[in-house]
Amino acid sequence: MYAFELERPETVAAAVELLKGDDEAMPLGGGQTLIPTLKARLAQPSVLVSLGAIGELRGVRLDEAGHLCIGAGETHAGVARQAAAHYPALAALAGQIGDPAVRNRGTLGGSLANNDPSACYPAAVLGSGAVVVTNTREIAADEFFQGMFTTDLEEGEIITEVRFPIPQAASYRKFAQPASRFALTGVFVARFADAVRVAVTGASEDGVFRWEEAEAALARDFSPEALAGVSVPADGMIGDLHGTPEYRAHLVGVMAARAVAAAR
Amino acid sequence: MRKVTMTVNGKSVSAEAEGRTLLVEFLREGLGLTGTHVGCDTSQCGACVVHVDGRAVKSCSIFALEAEGAEVRTIEGMANEDGSLSPIQKAFQDHHGLQCGFCTPGMVMSAAALLAETPKPTEAEVRHHLEGNLCRCTGYHNIVKAIMAASGQEMQVAAE
Repeated sequence: MYAFELERPETVAAAVELLKGDDEAMPLGGGQTLIPTLKARLAQPSVLVSLGAIGELRGVRLDEAGHLCIGAGETHAGVARQAAAHYPALAALAGQIGDPAVRNRGTLGGSLANNDPSACYPAAVLGSGAVVVTNTREIAADEFFQGMFTTDLEEGEIITEVRFPIPQAASYRKFAQPASRFALTGVFVARFADAVRVAVTGASEDGVFRWEEAEAALARDFSPEALAGVSVPADGMIGDLHGTPEYRAHLVGVMAARAVAAAR
Repeated sequence: MRKVTMTVNGKSVSAEAEGRTLLVEFLREGLGLTGTHVGCDTSQCGACVVHVDGRAVKSCSIFALEAEGAEVRTIEGMANEDGSLSPIQKAFQDHHGLQCGFCTPGMVMSAAALLAETPKPTEAEVRHHLEGNLCRCTGYHNIVKAIMAASGQEMQVAAE
């Protein structure tokens, strides 16, 4: 790793101030992606602003509107534990990320800010129609994700909380890449009173996306059979040594049907 | 360089660390606690697993300065006070839960974290929990057997 200073502010305001004063400063969440990136010398920050000591980024609560509000600094393990009673599908997704030690460090906010095209959380956030709250504003999930490793976040903007509407039924099914445990393809399905949302991760070169054709079919009939006639084109799907675009396109349909069948 | 203070295996320690000093480097090079191993350094193998505030983490993927004020436990802190092996360590010995032994510190720390939360895991739960701990000797069967035995559940294995 190149050398850098590491700061541990205790408030969001102090973290924002540290990031504002220095173009080369970077925020550090749980570090489960950023630290390996630093080791590979793919990033060279002057200062890492660790968000790990900020108490206000922790906590899981229900707001007046019945949304499940999760602090961006909550670890995957923390979400798996604390969200289970309120939003089981989300808790189950968090409990399948990486491995136990990674889940004890990696955070919700870190995963979303990174927007890895194969990460699990983007599927839950987009599939739930959640709102990403930052130190300056609220961003709808449909606007937040803007392609592979790209989000609507400005330089120095910090995710503070994510507000999840709780669906009537939901499920996430991922086909895990056996070595990395990232999603080779993962599908999050959520049924609300007035709509169905289907979000797909791991498959597209544009990162997480909503599969609107499946949403329409499931809105008419929320059953795996309803997906029999719909498919996604292989065009634009990721092709790598783990799977071809055609294979991933096929997996999208398979995992979506499994998610619908398992939705509770 | 900045001074960092934490509790390691029950003892308060203070030492200088750079921003980029990993917790595993701090433990091994700063404190001489070389029981925690660096296997891959890419956060995949789990040989470096230690407990930070009671939770298993990969010490190659956390900076020493992030452990300021934390309670850290390493493999050196696992034995009983009289130096005899803890039940998990004893089970690894009894069931030959190691071959070359390189992954063992991480395996023991991961096993201890599992049994603290789930005292009687199923075999499937043990295997699933060890997803982030790689044994290049592929000694998994006896590792699983040892962890089951440490939980008070002797198990049948296909090959003795």
